[in-house]
Amino acid sequence: MSPVGAHSTTSSSDAGAEHGPIVEVESLCVRFPVKGGFGRTKKWVHALDDVNLFVGRGETLGLVGESGSGKTTLGRAVLRRAPITSGSVHFDGQDITHLGGEQLRQLRRRMQLVFQDPYASLNPRMTILELVAEPLVVHGMVRKAEEARADVYDLLDRCGLPGDAIDRYPHAFSGGQRQRIGIARALAMRPSLIVADEPVSALDVSVRAQVVNLLQDVQSEFGLSYLFIAHDLSVVRHISQRIAIMYAGRIAEIAPSNEVYERPRHPYTKALLSAVPIPDPVVQRERRREVLIGEIPNPIDPPPGCRFQTRCPMATDLCRTENPVLEQKSPGHWAACHYSDQLV
Amino acid sequence: MSATEPVDELSATQFEEHKALEAEEAIQGRPFELSAVRGGLLGKFANDKLAFVAIGWLVMIVFVAIFASWIAPYGQSQGTLGDADKSPVWNGGSWDHIFGTTPQGYDILSRLIHGARTSLVIGIAVVLAAGLFGVVIGLISGYKGGRTDRLLMGWVDVQVSFPGLLMALLLLMVLRGSVQTVILVLAINGWMVYARMTRGVVLSMKERPFVEAAEIIGARPRRVIMTHVLPNLVSPLATLATLEFARIVLAEAALSFLGLGIQFPQTSWGTDAAQGGQFINRNPWPAIYPGLALTITVLAVNIVAAWLRVAFDPQEREKRHAATVIAGAKQL
Amino acid sequence: MTERSGPLLEVDHLRVEFFTRRGQVQAVRDVSFHIEPGETLGIVGESGSGKSVTAQALLGLIELPGKITGGDVRWRGESLVGEGCEKVLDRVRGNEIAMVFQDPMTSLNPTFTIGFQIAEVLRRHMGMSRGDAKRRVIELLDLVGIANPTQRVKQHPHEMSGGMRQRVLIAMALACEPQLLIADEPTTALDVTIQAQILELIAELQQELGLAVILITHDLGVVAGVCDRVCVMYAGRIVEQATAVELYGTPGHPYSAGLLRATPRLDEVLPRLVSIDGAPPDLLKPPAGCGFAARCPLAIDRCVSESPTITLHQHEGKDRHVACWRAFDDVLL
Repeated sequence: MSPVGAHSTTSSSDAGAEHGPIVEVESLCVRFPVKGGFGRTKKWVHALDDVNLFVGRGETLGLVGESGSGKTTLGRAVLRRAPITSGSVHFDGQDITHLGGEQLRQLRRRMQLVFQDPYASLNPRMTILELVAEPLVVHGMVRKAEEARADVYDLLDRCGLPGDAIDRYPHAFSGGQRQRIGIARALAMRPSLIVADEPVSALDVSVRAQVVNLLQDVQSEFGLSYLFIAHDLSVVRHISQRIAIMYAGRIAEIAPSNEVYERPRHPYTKALLSAVPIPDPVVQRERRREVLIGEIPNPIDPPPGCRFQTRCPMATDLCRTENPVLEQKSPGHWAACHYSDQLV
Repeated sequence: MSATEPVDELSATQFEEHKALEAEEAIQGRPFELSAVRGGLLGKFANDKLAFVAIGWLVMIVFVAIFASWIAPYGQSQGTLGDADKSPVWNGGSWDHIFGTTPQGYDILSRLIHGARTSLVIGIAVVLAAGLFGVVIGLISGYKGGRTDRLLMGWVDVQVSFPGLLMALLLLMVLRGSVQTVILVLAINGWMVYARMTRGVVLSMKERPFVEAAEIIGARPRRVIMTHVLPNLVSPLATLATLEFARIVLAEAALSFLGLGIQFPQTSWGTDAAQGGQFINRNPWPAIYPGLALTITVLAVNIVAAWLRVAFDPQEREKRHAATVIAGAKQL
Repeated sequence: MTERSGPLLEVDHLRVEFFTRRGQVQAVRDVSFHIEPGETLGIVGESGSGKSVTAQALLGLIELPGKITGGDVRWRGESLVGEGCEKVLDRVRGNEIAMVFQDPMTSLNPTFTIGFQIAEVLRRHMGMSRGDAKRRVIELLDLVGIANPTQRVKQHPHEMSGGMRQRVLIAMALACEPQLLIADEPTTALDVTIQAQILELIAELQQELGLAVILITHDLGVVAGVCDRVCVMYAGRIVEQATAVELYGTPGHPYSAGLLRATPRLDEVLPRLVSIDGAPPDLLKPPAGCGFAARCPLAIDRCVSESPTITLHQHEGKDRHVACWRAFDDVLL
């Protein structure tokens, strides 16, 4: 298995890869221009830098990073919503990097997004019926939302919403219920991939699990693959088969979930793990915590060498000059660190 | 709610857009804030009464304008020199001409009534024409972005930086002043505000997740604009249109006063004020009445616009409600 | 200031209501707690539990349509609620009690440098001279762990990251050497690695300065690391008050237990996450009985009809304060 994916290596040893992975991202770079002052040269925000990964069929890949890590941009680039500077994105074996117009619009049937903010992502002026049926209307499968009523009713039921929800407006629902509506809407076109952009981070703890469990249930029911984006490592473990850790626009580590938690191969992963507080005062106060100093580097002017070197407790001169490439350290476990062997 | 900030890599560019928007709002300013926002309870009721009176006045003006031909005791240029310079009824005049007559012998009240119609027709026509054009340009500019946006906004900037009144004067010197030409000239001059505001709203709407949610399911731009963006434009547009209406009524009066708008003996409040002004030493009434009508109407429109803004601001409504409930509880 | 015994801050049967057009929302219903000098008290609750409203009420920051409709808040014996409280509040606010909010950007003025803004606080509240204030600002920035304070004072808020701004805000809060710091979700908008930095900072400052801290958060993990005592809020009430060790060891209220189970732990793997079914009640029409009854697996008829008040229970030889008819009736964890 390779993070570059079966497309280039054609190794089909991993489970469920009869036809190759659903998403393959190769050497992806995304840069945004920023305006300087008068007469100044244009500068670039290096949002993504040489990112390689794949999402297997029926798999959930957790994508974890803090703000500025590039996780959101990567999710949007896979959905072809961010400008791709170089590299490629394959979806279901098809190169979609340069797709445009009607072809791109048709592609939208097969990949969907679940939003972070369940309050702002549902148009407050539309009923639940109109919201969930909108994809069907847009793609001409029904002429009016009303024609899809039976289908919408069924979707709402599968997403754990009461039947009388169908004619109400979003404001009548709590955050957790709205997220269920968002999921029902994403499922309406029966897509094969869902990018879930921090779907539970705006929700209360007591309802988070409801939404995560729902996502897990519909995954097997609808045969979905997930790219599950999160800003910390607390929830992803329970839903992901593999986890990719991003830092400052690059992949720091990709490994099967348990490996990430039990044998992290990148000092940033270790720091992320130790930063999540454990809800137990006895354990939490005994824990040896590594509090990282400093902050994520400026994406306009990233440091040379490893991007984590400015905060890394292990950094040496090598790290300051040479960028560590993502290498396989043990089967299926990839890390981009010169000293990853010292961590085990 | 403890939602985490959706901070991401795109926010660098978004932040710039946001700052640009804020700057734009700061320049255009908030029109005429009612003291009701800050004032105490008493102040609020007083202001509500004021708004009530203002609405009453506007309803009367609209009524009078629509039924001008039936209400006005005389035609707009009906009269002989024999009736010239009659005083108003409370200044020794007769009930035949309540507000007196002009030096030409025309009935002032009748001319005021017909003038209201001119003002209203011009105001509404200009707001519609300029509003429609401006909104379309703003929608295209805001939604397309990039080069189209720069081009269209460049056009707006150029036209805004050229003194509006001067251009109107130049155009009207070439064309002949009439209701139609005044409408045309003022519309050409007035669409830019709508374009800018629409663009601003579209830009901020584009950042709203539900608009991205529509795009991501594959909705075409037309649908995104019509179902998701446009409905949110209604209330800011309504406020802007009201205020613009007041401005247009004034602008028409100014053009007419300068002799380039509505031509005497056709009537308009501006034309009449100018005509009356020529003989102001002999008989001030023909100049005073149209001036008063103009001032009161424009003031009333502004008051109503401000009142609507406050009355329809959900937060403000909640505050008022709470204040009344608490005050009621104290009295008991 | 003379030393007096007794708690620093006492909250006594506090009620806050919001008079909305849909009706009266009873945001805080009969909340009582206290905090001792040098202590860290956690107030934990989800959105709508009334935790932030409580914090705002402590400093008289409730604005229309909200209003304090009952109870009292006493700071060192002086009332901060009701007639004539404005004078006391003006003296106390910022000087003796300081507050840090979730979003540092809204509390900082974007047009002034941060150095100027902190110096302004020092000059106004402490009557310092320009030069003294300048020196003190650099000391304060150093205290909250900002590197190169002499350079940083010249920066504007937008030139700083969220974590840095939160540090500036804490420095500003500490400027007048308060005895109590109220921190309302101070790390919610921050990344986990930055959150760890800020929490560490608050703990350090508390040790160094002997501050009392009220930490308001939705995250049981955050509380576990830093708080001595914890109040758990649900539907506008405190449902349980306990020391941190007791609460996490044997939660007395079914809601505390459920919340604890729903918080994912890095040190265990569950096949499925645990949630609490349902949603909190609408505080427009709060239920007659216990607010949690509709979601509670242990609810009996009494829970629906009669609202439990917070009472003293004996559990395993310890005093526990829980508002539940079935507290310790069953093994809850």
